[in-house]
Amino acid sequence: MMNTPQQVKNPSSSLKSRFITRFLGALTKITAEDPISSSSPTRIFQRYRRIKVASNKSMAYSVRSRRIWSRAMLSRFRSRRSAFSGRRSSVKTTNCTTSPPPALIKVTINEKKTAKGGLDMQTDELRELVPGGEAMDVCNLLDETAHYIKCLTTQVQVMRKIVDFYHLSK
Amino acid sequence: MSGRRSRSKQSSVSSITDDQITDLVSKLQHLIPELRRRRFDKVSTSKVLQETCNYIRSLHREVEDLSDRLSQLLASTDSDSDQAAIIRSLLMQ
Repeated sequence: MMNTPQQVKNPSSSLKSRFITRFLGALTKITAEDPISSSSPTRIFQRYRRIKVASNKSMAYSVRSRRIWSRAMLSRFRSRRSAFSGRRSSVKTTNCTTSPPPALIKVTINEKKTAKGGLDMQTDELRELVPGGEAMDVCNLLDETAHYIKCLTTQVQVMRKIVDFYHLSK
Repeated sequence: MSGRRSRSKQSSVSSITDDQITDLVSKLQHLIPELRRRRFDKVSTSKVLQETCNYIRSLHREVEDLSDRLSQLLASTDSDSDQAAIIRSLLMQ
């Protein structure tokens, strides 16, 4: 089992431990609500989706509203929850990303082409990948992207260790 | 460079300098494994942004892949809160 000793107390290690606590709690809940005997493909797929959402949610909640991207993500979760509350069965699965309609994007590209040497055009792709990226100015976008990447790598790191643990314990 | 400030429509672009952007872009460069090796080379902003997008997409895919593996692993284990505590202690080290 790989050990990465983190003796230094820094903010990112408490973010990591908050994420671990939340995510493990979610995993326990997901496993408890699902009878282990019935592992049909549908069940497994539902579980996969719940785990993925739990992972992203756990990270967003661990960051709380300190970041633009986490705030955007949290409001996405809340609006999705209220959208689902009215209808139960066979709802079309909505994607995580809510990007602006294509027409809007095209107009923005034309406007920004004339300015700032095309930097704005280059960031368009990034804006779609970072939650809340559409409304950020370039400085915020780059700063938020750096933080978002750090959080994603923490997510991946923790999830890998959990997978390894379950592999070893079989 | 003279036309840089001629956009009056954007509200929040008051004092963004080229230096600020360069700093932020180089900060990003250090986070991306592909570009970290080329730390002492000049990597263009456009390349950094492109690699950033690729890296974020690969991280998203990894989260999905790991979620997939977890969903199958959890299907075949008797998971209880004790295991969660064990994992937590392992991860916190």
